Amino acid sequence: MSQFFTTAVLVATVAAGVQLATPFLLAALGETMGQRSGVVNLGVDGIMLLGAFGAYYVAAKTGNLVLAAATGLGIGVVMGLLTAFVSVTLKAEQGISGIGVFLFGLGLTNVLLLRVFPSPVTIAALPAVPIPLLHRIPYIGPMFFTQNWLVYLAFLLVPVLTFVLNRTTYGMKIRAVGENPAAADTVGVSVARIRYSTVIIGCALAGLAGATLLLQIGIFQEDITNSEGFIAVALVYFGAWRPLGVMGGSLLYGMVGAVVVTWKTLGIIPTSESDIAAMAPAVLTVVALLSVARRYRQPAALGKPYERGA
Amino acid sequence: MSYLKSGRPPRAAGLGSRQDLLFSWLALPAAAILALLLGALLILAFGASPITGYHALITGAFSGTYALTSTAVKAVPLLLVGLGICIAFRANMLNIGGEGQIAMGGLAGTATALAVPGLPAVILVPLVLLAGAVGGGIWGAIPGAFKAYFNVNEILSTIMLNLVAVQFMNYLLSGPLVAHSGYAVGGLIPQTRLLSPNSWLPTLIAGTQLHLGVLIAVLLAVAVYVLLWRTSLGFRIRAVGLSREASRYAGMSVRPTMTLAMTLAGALSGVAGAMLVTGSISHRMVTDGTLTGFTGNAGFNGIVVALFAGLQPLWTIVTAFLFAGLLVGGTSMQVVTGVPADLVTAINGIIVVLVVSVEYLRRRARARARAAAAAGPGARDAPASGQADATGIAEKEVPA
Repeated sequence: MSQFFTTAVLVATVAAGVQLATPFLLAALGETMGQRSGVVNLGVDGIMLLGAFGAYYVAAKTGNLVLAAATGLGIGVVMGLLTAFVSVTLKAEQGISGIGVFLFGLGLTNVLLLRVFPSPVTIAALPAVPIPLLHRIPYIGPMFFTQNWLVYLAFLLVPVLTFVLNRTTYGMKIRAVGENPAAADTVGVSVARIRYSTVIIGCALAGLAGATLLLQIGIFQEDITNSEGFIAVALVYFGAWRPLGVMGGSLLYGMVGAVVVTWKTLGIIPTSESDIAAMAPAVLTVVALLSVARRYRQPAALGKPYERGA
Repeated sequence: MSYLKSGRPPRAAGLGSRQDLLFSWLALPAAAILALLLGALLILAFGASPITGYHALITGAFSGTYALTSTAVKAVPLLLVGLGICIAFRANMLNIGGEGQIAMGGLAGTATALAVPGLPAVILVPLVLLAGAVGGGIWGAIPGAFKAYFNVNEILSTIMLNLVAVQFMNYLLSGPLVAHSGYAVGGLIPQTRLLSPNSWLPTLIAGTQLHLGVLIAVLLAVAVYVLLWRTSLGFRIRAVGLSREASRYAGMSVRPTMTLAMTLAGALSGVAGAMLVTGSISHRMVTDGTLTGFTGNAGFNGIVVALFAGLQPLWTIVTAFLFAGLLVGGTSMQVVTGVPADLVTAINGIIVVLVVSVEYLRRRARARARAAAAAGPGARDAPASGQADATGIAEKEVPA
């Protein structure tokens, strides 16, 4: 145990935790936008997989990591259009259509991986971008301000989306559509347009989350997301539909993941026990869902397609 | 089959316009055909011929005793999970925890077979399956009770419990349950000891994999049909699914019914898990560290199967067999055309999206037919019937 509590190890673990939290955060923030407008997207994991593969392809072929991340985002936008069409226009059962998108993403990326990369290649690592001055702060600097740019982007989105949701007209419309679409419709807010926009934003962030995950790992593997997209959906509930709460949940997952890896590497706990330790976030999430379900109310129209006059 | 007599989904019951019936019969095959066409495009994109590919798929799945029995065996977990979905969904709950429930059932069954290997087969085989049902049942009861008593979204809790189950499986298979004699595949994949032959599911046709589990699964499908439409519990489950408030008002015990529906769903998946071990060729539990490695994605594909069967237990037998054919045939397709078998998973995904998308069009066709019927005697009734239908739609929505 004593090795774990040296400052160097602690700092490295926290830094790794922040990095691991980033894909969760991006995907969950996106899902928050959709859910605040009343749309549940369970296909996040599938979209993350597709985004990750797109990013892998571009990174492996061009070596341009920014372009790779943009590809993930772009794939997310396309999937978002599709998801919105199915959920908003065709008013499909959202829980199930999301499972379809997940299976589609899982199957397609496996097929593509085997065909396009018979022998997978490793791509260049995302460079760390130290923030001037801040990265020199002892302990805090190496933990939080010596990360890659996608990490900064994700955490910057927390205050941005909080502001958008609570302080802008667009945010007010999103919340209105999520709480009472009929009323919003009456005063001239296009329910479909708002929901299309939030679903596309959400899926774009899911695609970017997949790209981020891929760029941080450096190589694509079968089912690379390992249910992270599903966890991201749960984190939205965990965070009670607030970006700040979502960030807390993401950090929890990231930190526990980092601690378990560090423990394994240092041999503090044997592999079998680390499996038990790795259960912690999932169990905690279930417990958190219990208390959130009692204390917070979900957007009233969540998961319900809107039909005028219904 | 009973589909026409009493098997129509309860929500549609009583609406039976002929056009609606025709549309619902055509919509699902149309969705499947469209998905297969999209799959054909993908096969083309890989430079292979879709005709050769699909021919290999169909031959590999349905041509000859060996293919047919392999498909039947593959259909078992899909059918069992699908039956659970039929029950849970009719209680208005979406069970996405099939993967975890299969794993927990497999672990409970395996542990039982390892603990009492000496029991005679007539006792041990049912005991192992029962243990599987208990393991999976607990894993279904938890989200069911959480939903019923604390209003915790069951989609999320089942997903989380999948994650707990995979860690638990890896823990048991790298520690307490692992065979110390060695690991499979060059020491990379942990596995249990060979189970006692008394726990093995007996083979029905010598020289094939066809085991007793296939028969049990079909019997369970009939049992679920009887449960849902011929017992008061089944009536309660369906009533609770249609309206919790109305059921409560009618004096039904809503919360225990919801919990029980999810428990049954979990138990069926758990039996599938036990059968995946005792009906396997290796007769031991093997893990590559992922849930899919053990379940073959049956927890998700079972949802597809049940949905495609219109949540009808007896139709689920048919759809499970067909989708198992896709999975088994996908491997043959890979051998012949080089297009990876995972293409089938992608096609399944497309089918799901299409099925739920046409559902709205089906509802609208139904509404239009009813509006037209109401417009006959007096046009003033038309909006009123539209209203009534709208409530029907609102009722249909599953709170996510």
